[in-house]
Amino acid sequence: MRLRTALMGAAASLACAPMAFAERGADGHVNVIYHQAPSIMNPYLSGGTKDVEASSLVIEPLARHDNTGAMIPWLVTEIPTVANGGVSEDLTSITWKITPGLLWSDGTPFTSADVLFTWEYCTHPEGGCAQSAKFEGVSSVEAPDDLTVKVNFSEPKPNPYLPFVGAQSPIIQKAQFADCLGTRASECTQQNFNPIGTGAFAVTEFKTNDVISLVANPNYRDAAKPRFATMTFKGGGDAEGAARSVLETGEFDYAWNLQISPEVLASMTAAGKGTPVSAFGTLVERIEINLTDPSPSLPEGERSTTKHPHPFLTDIRVRYALSKAIDRELLAEIGYGVAGRPTCDLVPGPDVYAAKNTSCFAQDIEGAKALLDEAGWVAGADGVRVKDGRRLSILYGTSTSAVRQDFQALIKDWWTEIGVETELKNVAGSVFFGGDPGSPDTFQKFYADVIMYANNFDGADPEAYLSAYTCNKIPRPDTQWQGENINRVCDPAYEEKLAELGRTADLDKRRELAVWLNNYLTVENHIILGLVDRGRVSAHSNALGGVVLNTWDSELWNAADWYRVK
Amino acid sequence: MLTFAIRRILTAIPTLIFISLVLFLVLEAAPGDPLADMPLTIPPEVREKIRLAMGLGEPWYVRYVLWLNNFFVTEPLYWFDRTFDTAFAEGRQRILSYQTRSPVFDTIAERLPQTLLVVGSGMLIGILIALPIGVISAYRQYSWFDQLGTFISMIGFSIPTFVTGVVLIVIFAVWIPNSSPFWLPTIFDTSLKVTDWDSFVTQIRQMILPVTVLALYYAAQISRYMRSAMLDNLGQDYVRTARAKGMTESVVVLIHVLRNSMIPVVTVITLLIPGVFTGAIITETIFKVNGIGQQLLLSLQGNDAPMVLTITFIFAVLIVTFNLIADVLYGLLDPRIRYD
Repeated sequence: MRLRTALMGAAASLACAPMAFAERGADGHVNVIYHQAPSIMNPYLSGGTKDVEASSLVIEPLARHDNTGAMIPWLVTEIPTVANGGVSEDLTSITWKITPGLLWSDGTPFTSADVLFTWEYCTHPEGGCAQSAKFEGVSSVEAPDDLTVKVNFSEPKPNPYLPFVGAQSPIIQKAQFADCLGTRASECTQQNFNPIGTGAFAVTEFKTNDVISLVANPNYRDAAKPRFATMTFKGGGDAEGAARSVLETGEFDYAWNLQISPEVLASMTAAGKGTPVSAFGTLVERIEINLTDPSPSLPEGERSTTKHPHPFLTDIRVRYALSKAIDRELLAEIGYGVAGRPTCDLVPGPDVYAAKNTSCFAQDIEGAKALLDEAGWVAGADGVRVKDGRRLSILYGTSTSAVRQDFQALIKDWWTEIGVETELKNVAGSVFFGGDPGSPDTFQKFYADVIMYANNFDGADPEAYLSAYTCNKIPRPDTQWQGENINRVCDPAYEEKLAELGRTADLDKRRELAVWLNNYLTVENHIILGLVDRGRVSAHSNALGGVVLNTWDSELWNAADWYRVK
Repeated sequence: MLTFAIRRILTAIPTLIFISLVLFLVLEAAPGDPLADMPLTIPPEVREKIRLAMGLGEPWYVRYVLWLNNFFVTEPLYWFDRTFDTAFAEGRQRILSYQTRSPVFDTIAERLPQTLLVVGSGMLIGILIALPIGVISAYRQYSWFDQLGTFISMIGFSIPTFVTGVVLIVIFAVWIPNSSPFWLPTIFDTSLKVTDWDSFVTQIRQMILPVTVLALYYAAQISRYMRSAMLDNLGQDYVRTARAKGMTESVVVLIHVLRNSMIPVVTVITLLIPGVFTGAIITETIFKVNGIGQQLLLSLQGNDAPMVLTITFIFAVLIVTFNLIADVLYGLLDPRIRYD
């Protein structure tokens, strides 16, 4: 066995030999463009994706997710699990073993004290840390020796991989940030713009909201990487301009998040200078159904509350009919092109948690009509169904965006065909998602029968996301209309399974529970109608190799492996 | 003249303080939240803590007085310290942006050079083109030159910069292959330092497209003013008198008429100059010049009140200043105008 391993190792090192001979910095300069310019290099002071991703070139977490959503060790020797003893049996602590010999870009050793300090930095009560949710439930962090970090939780944590995992929770250097705790955090401009890191690159000049100049980290752990000696990270403009600079003019090598219409992207790609790449994460465009009555005839404070159940959307047959009438494949194609695929689910990924339902893909107008007939809704003279003197009429709201208004028009057609009268409404995104309790148009207030928008979850574990659908998270007047359970789902059976998920660490069992919860909300009860699984589209020039698009972590997660195609 | 200038400067102070109060209140009343851009995945309790850390927990009048104190005391002290190596501003907090958490004035200082360079050259070239076009168009009214000048300035007027910018990009960066010497960069490199001939050429090449767009825009406006002011004066009696006295046409047009026609044009130009400092929002965004204009746009989108307030207030100061300069220039151009 020993010999076999040694031989395998020798073979592997031979296979890797051409790569190993490549020198750090041999491929010169690389240009990256983000149409939203990074404002700061410290993700603890900004939740913005652009800032998190720019900083991921420099500062790194202990472990991160790869392009399949699986967790991989990054600055540690292995992922701690209950099986290998890294996670305690009672799920109240996790012990990370740092890879020996790691250096910061300034040449000083990376130790457990830095990890401990990162926790202190983010949990300081006056710091206003944007990632403090990552450290929720952490009672203490210990550093028994230089290469060991133990995170203790105040109660059992089946998913202990939140602190120090993923691009939102990287390790910052204690020596650099020691004077930046609490209220002093935002005064440390020099540190926030030029953090010292363990990543492939180090900042030489940071111009906020404009451009970042970086050089290869001289102390990077792999002597052959990064292949690029310098990087320019430009920000600003718009998605179309960024796409043009990579696909048409060839000035840049990589452009991030190109939300432009599929035809425009295709015509730019025809210039032959670059390639769009897409990958799917957890962002789902969906229709949410209101289980309470939004009727304006109800007094203010009782509209859309559990006091008044919805007169007909509480009937599963009506909800199922609405779902059956939709052609999801068509929506995905016209709305998002390569960046969209039909889905029935709330949790479309990662693979380990996805239910992968396809039962809703085929549009079935006749089936939908039959369901409504069965539910007692009879078509009236104008084609709209009527039951007990009530018309089957719904208000369908969403935020203002060209694609969403196209979707509304198509879905209205299908619903009209099955005899559902549909009134459309759209509200500016800043109001719709703004959460102002005084506004009647927020998605939390839900003064409509159905609404459409997209949401996703961070990282690769859906537990927190699925736990939104509990009775106590229903937005209502006494919570200032805050809360994530906008459908007003309230079912003890759901909460029981959810609680079980909260106690389970075994991955197969967790998957089973997550799929049950997903199916409960979607294909079983049709409370949430998944429409399109929306991917991320970025583009790289044909002269840039090694790009692996990752939607579970920073897109620049493997910038150390990028190389120049010759 | 001097007492006039001093009186104007003194009255400007309460005006500016009033402007700052109005700006502050408008920003305060505007809907929106500096945290609206953060992902939905950040929970409400965390948002509240971030808000407190930004100082948003204080009532508006406290924040307004703090801002005034920072703008008029801390920032000048800080720059004094930087220049003379003293320590008066020690321990005082400067105006910090919500978005970048860095001093607002550092960002402005970082961005001012590219804005002045690009927008300034655009305006300068625009003026240099516009004045002769305006003069010749008026002198040879309805000639083919006048018709052509009118046509071009109508294009400059009616086509917005976001169209001309993209059209130029498509022609010079997409249709022309980037191996050709006529290919021009579309993304402005703000970290380029001019040290030798090659970097100078690169700098000129990357300035061509944005400067052309701006020059066309400014030239269109100014040439129309120049032309109509010249036309007004060319028909006047003093012009006939000058010609009757036997003066050459060049003296009549370039000395007598031009000087009188400059008064309205100077007003227009001096009021355009503050715009050089605040940048050209659209052109800067298209070519990624990332100057003051683009920063103002980003800050407005991000509800970054300290940054918006500071930039707009500086703009107000510049407008008041350049109004004063315009008034003084009238006196120089037309000796009949005296303020004493």
